[in-house]
Amino acid sequence: MERKNKPKIAVWKFASCDGCQLSLLDCEDELLTVAEAVEIAYFPEATSVSVKGPYDVSLVEGSITTQHDAERIHRVRRASKVLITIGACATAGGIQALRNFKDTKALTAMVYANPKYIETLSKSTPIADHVFVDFELRGCPISKKQLLEVIGAYLDGRKPITPHYSVCVECKRRGTPCVMVAHGTPCLGPVTQAGCNALCPAYQRGCFGCFGPAEVPNTRALAEQWKVLGKSPQDLVRIFRTFNAYADAFRKESDVHES
Amino acid sequence: MTKSSKADFKSRFVLERQDFQCLLDALNGQGYRLIAPTPRDGAVVYDEIAAVSDLPIGLTDEQERGTYRLKDGDPGRLFGCGLGPHSWKKFLYPAELRLWNAHANGSLAITPDDHHPERLALIGVRACELGALRVLDRVLSGGQYHDTVYEAQRDHLFIVAVNCGRAGNTCFCASMNTGPRAESGFDLALTEILEPERHYFVVEVGSEAGQRLFDGVPHQSALEADVQKATTIIETTATHMGRHLDTTGIKDLLYANFENSEWDEVAARCLTCGNCTLVCPTCFCTTVEDVAELTGASAQRIRRWDSCFTMDFSYVVGGHVRASARSRYRQWLTHKLAAWIDQFGSSGCVGCGRCITWCPVGIDLTEEAKTIRAHSQPKPETKSRKKIHHENT
Repeated sequence: MERKNKPKIAVWKFASCDGCQLSLLDCEDELLTVAEAVEIAYFPEATSVSVKGPYDVSLVEGSITTQHDAERIHRVRRASKVLITIGACATAGGIQALRNFKDTKALTAMVYANPKYIETLSKSTPIADHVFVDFELRGCPISKKQLLEVIGAYLDGRKPITPHYSVCVECKRRGTPCVMVAHGTPCLGPVTQAGCNALCPAYQRGCFGCFGPAEVPNTRALAEQWKVLGKSPQDLVRIFRTFNAYADAFRKESDVHES
Repeated sequence: MTKSSKADFKSRFVLERQDFQCLLDALNGQGYRLIAPTPRDGAVVYDEIAAVSDLPIGLTDEQERGTYRLKDGDPGRLFGCGLGPHSWKKFLYPAELRLWNAHANGSLAITPDDHHPERLALIGVRACELGALRVLDRVLSGGQYHDTVYEAQRDHLFIVAVNCGRAGNTCFCASMNTGPRAESGFDLALTEILEPERHYFVVEVGSEAGQRLFDGVPHQSALEADVQKATTIIETTATHMGRHLDTTGIKDLLYANFENSEWDEVAARCLTCGNCTLVCPTCFCTTVEDVAELTGASAQRIRRWDSCFTMDFSYVVGGHVRASARSRYRQWLTHKLAAWIDQFGSSGCVGCGRCITWCPVGIDLTEEAKTIRAHSQPKPETKSRKKIHHENT
């Protein structure tokens, strides 16, 4: 199937570690195919060539943490036909959203010698809190396989296949014995969205929740079981507050155990 | 063991432990890949083995709802472990299977994948698992539509069953009439006897293929005393089931209790993660996904294990048919224990207990069924479509 015009793709960075953008460069084997299928019109991480908008697809990495970025994201939205957020920062506020649970001014004073030079918002927020987002791709970092699937789906005008069920489904398909049941290792897998191909349990680690809450996550029932496995309320707060701390389901569950 | 073979060869022999490797060698000699329980990542899984030393020798397991621990058992025992998280269905009905490839090069060409069955020797198949294979036979090749990949692989199996010398805490095969004794559906069935002075197996031959193979393995005829010892072991296992499921009228009971408020109680604990369905040896639901290559020049269709606990499973135009955890748990339990009987002529449950052990929060199907029975709130009257829809969501 020949596509007539090469769609123009832009990759934007907000508050983030660049890991998700790197997933695109990390495509290696598929990178030439990507470059053939689309025109990379704006991608400072990869090329200094910049093509003016509008763009057919914008991939947005990072969360909004400054007034400047809160304004810039609107310009990105206006220049983009389709806006796809990539990664936990862009879809849930990222690890930097830990500030949302504290007094940001006090934190700034603790970290910086001259906090008066720091201009920052009190909260780190996902892109969808600011502009309309066409599709949110989860993960910290995202899976390159899912990224290619989403780009391909948008090029073809079809719905991407990015399942919302739990990590457990992927664990069982690859035959990994459940780390919670077989070792008593607390694992966020049952309430976390699949997409990583159940990476951590395959190395006998509990899931860290990188892909954020699964569809209808029963975090309360899981937290109760973790208490049985010996976790304290303070542990539970920390476990739910990592890369997706500000995702609704994880934030609410962590709040329950904080008091 | 083809599914049509009958076990009318009730000849019994004795295989000494030191000759067990000869049995494996004989299978190898006939071109079979050896698949057996083997310890990995803190559990016993089913995978290829090279020699008898790959079996979980001297190990046993302790299972309860939501927990599984491997530990030291009787030194030297080959089959001291019960069931682990895997079931044999993964070899017959793979978790992921490519169905076809499509290429667009001027015109569209679709190439179905050729699936060549392998000669697999399944070693250590328990009675409940033979029951599960019988269930899958009915589902996947007993009706109008046949799963040809399953059928082809099914015809290339050599099954070495093992009678259980110990019932696990989550076992209830005796309630489901599937075990602990392997009655049929095997080529050879072993009962392990471990004594201070002697370690041997009482072997029952269940097919011509089994007889042919066993002829090439050093053995002797079983004495009446050996057979009696094996029988006693199996009978003792039958009386030590960790769980029990009362199946009396269970179909009508569950059909009459769609609206039982107890479903809300289990829904509060259920993670809807899908683990129970994925460890179940008879759950067969799959999803089909089309994966296109980025240039749009090729695509493939892949079948993957799915679960009735995912939201997409019941997604139709307009929304999810079973949006609540209550409706999804009820669907699974009612289908497994009741609707299956109407659909396929038997229960979908073989009493292996995997769903109990491998539920991360330890939900126990036998307890849930007991709760519904104890608090039965039958509402047999026909409901309007609107009301049923409301209850489903």
